[in-house]
Amino acid sequence: MPTEPVSPVAGSRTTPPPPAARRVGPFPDRAHQVRYRLILAALIAAAILLTVLLLSWDNPFEAFSDRWWRITTMRVTSIIVIAVVTFCQGLATVTFQTVTNNRIITPSIMGFESLYILIQTAIVFFFGSGGLIDMPPFARFVVQVAMMVLFAVLLYSWLLSGRFGNLHVMLLVGIIIGVGMGALSTFLQQMLDPNEFDVLRAKLFGNIGNATTDFLWFVIPVCALVGGAIWIMARRLNTIALGSDISTNLGVNHRRQVMVMLTLVSVLMAMSTSLVGPMTFLGFLMASLAYSVTDTYDHRRIFPVAWLLGYVVLGGAYFLLRHVLPLVDAVTIIVELVGGLLFLFVILRKGRL
Amino acid sequence: MHTQARRVTRTDPLGAAARTRSAARTKTRAWPLALAILLTLGLIAASLLVGVADITDTSGGAEFLFITRIPRTIALVLAGASMAMAGLVMQLMTQNRFVEPTTVGTTEWAGLGLLLCYILFPVSSVFVKMLIAIVFAFLGTLVFFAFLRRVTLKSSLIVPIVGIMFGAVISSITTFLALQFDLLQVLGGWFMGSFTHIEIGRYEPLWVVLIAAVAVVVVADRFTVAGLGKDIATTVGLNYERVVLLGVGLVALVTGVVTVVIGSLPFLGLIVPNLVSMIRGDNLRSNIPWVFLTGIWVVTVCDLISRTVIMPFEVPISLVLGIIGAAVFIFMLLRARRTSAH
Repeated sequence: MPTEPVSPVAGSRTTPPPPAARRVGPFPDRAHQVRYRLILAALIAAAILLTVLLLSWDNPFEAFSDRWWRITTMRVTSIIVIAVVTFCQGLATVTFQTVTNNRIITPSIMGFESLYILIQTAIVFFFGSGGLIDMPPFARFVVQVAMMVLFAVLLYSWLLSGRFGNLHVMLLVGIIIGVGMGALSTFLQQMLDPNEFDVLRAKLFGNIGNATTDFLWFVIPVCALVGGAIWIMARRLNTIALGSDISTNLGVNHRRQVMVMLTLVSVLMAMSTSLVGPMTFLGFLMASLAYSVTDTYDHRRIFPVAWLLGYVVLGGAYFLLRHVLPLVDAVTIIVELVGGLLFLFVILRKGRL
Repeated sequence: MHTQARRVTRTDPLGAAARTRSAARTKTRAWPLALAILLTLGLIAASLLVGVADITDTSGGAEFLFITRIPRTIALVLAGASMAMAGLVMQLMTQNRFVEPTTVGTTEWAGLGLLLCYILFPVSSVFVKMLIAIVFAFLGTLVFFAFLRRVTLKSSLIVPIVGIMFGAVISSITTFLALQFDLLQVLGGWFMGSFTHIEIGRYEPLWVVLIAAVAVVVVADRFTVAGLGKDIATTVGLNYERVVLLGVGLVALVTGVVTVVIGSLPFLGLIVPNLVSMIRGDNLRSNIPWVFLTGIWVVTVCDLISRTVIMPFEVPISLVLGIIGAAVFIFMLLRARRTSAH
């Protein structure tokens, strides 16, 4: 197959053409396998190079002096945030797209992040004066994530249950639910304290240089656990990608698997949102690029490429806008802009979803 | 065309006969409209009376009434009716029920124009700001319409999906510019549609939208014919390009003015025409007054909610509209799913 970009046709994954010789495996032939390995190696090299650059670029102080350490620590934190966020977004988006059998909708576009923010706001709103405010912040964070997972699984299993029949209805309902939840969150925030309007407004889009890193020690192991679980179940995802009927025939309990995956996706999305706030198109950008680069159905090969691509794109944007053009606040906006344009391009090229 | 087959088109295929029939029907049923007008007046009175200051207070109550209450209520009426109408015009021209200024990016374009105006000419009159916002809204909507004509879409639902994303891209450009020029707070203040700051001397530009309203009443049928597509419209003797330009111009005029004076009023143009056609069917001629009135009701009620919910403070009306509008939108989608086999 030529390196044709992903085909976002509902219900079809790009399956390799029938091989000439008898071969089984994720790639149609040897050349594809070599190509994949080269790409992976190049991405790893780029990621390492980028990390080194981000750490060492233009640090004015003498190496290992106190001040140098202070700056380096800050930079390490930013790098960790970029890595964690892209890990969450990449894994969550690819998994979600497999489960929904569609390469257009992503958890962000369907409003997972708005849900997280709404729950965060609602907890403060309804229990602000009560017992919850006295809870330690970490306990509150855990309660938030737990509630988010619960509601996300309820809401999206209903939305994806196929009762909508039609993908467009589902997507539009998801988008509008996201918009509505966003308005509701802002509404509740206004009710809390009308004076904090501007402060809250500024927090509504993610910011890497200014991420909420209080619970990073908790977020990283959780992401690692969830990521590990998805990795172990990656083979199952390959089967789920064949659609409900075929995978049931092959002995997969499709409905239960979808629920499990949705739960894991919502945990990842909660982690990402708690760090940097909503990022609407980052996941879409990563997943789309990863599909077109890897050209395989095998999730164990898609996931690493998606993560590395995201890391290189987001980290590269961060580096450029931090040190080359001083626009550091605009990183997420630029990534959103590129992702949004790609989204439009993909939809319009196909004229369908 | 990318219409749903189930749609009863709003044209009058039987021409004069049907028109006299519908006219007769509206004549015999004049009392609902009278009732509706009474209800509107009631809401306007409520809108005048509600607030922190007591206007019946003899020392200065009347002053309050004239400085803020009356202008605010007039602004509500004008903005509500005109945004509902803008939604109606767009839906007629595209034959798509999910199109309105906030779902195709018109509002976002107006916002971008407004911001550029702030950056390039920091001290410019309201008139200049409005003009630039209108021009941008016009261009943006034209771009979107051109794309609609070029791309044959399989489903009418793709239009709002693409439109919303298109709007998101535009507004991220706007946010980026605002960040660069340190105007982010100003921007947040604009986009939150709100009638809080309306007082005498601030709302007058809104009277412009009356022109648009009159124009729509005069040429409404032509928008319907234009909605049938260029070929049919030309066959029945319509200057298609001119009508489309006129329609987009009217929508841009209304959106630009309302965005500059009040801010964004999400989903208003979507909720109102759809509610009216759900209840009354699709007779355009007799629906126009209802669309105006329903627009006024929705905005007035939402404004009352936004004023009373955290007395003595106010919540921006765009939030109330966003929540209610999203709920109505989803209800419509689910209903459309039930009644149609896509």
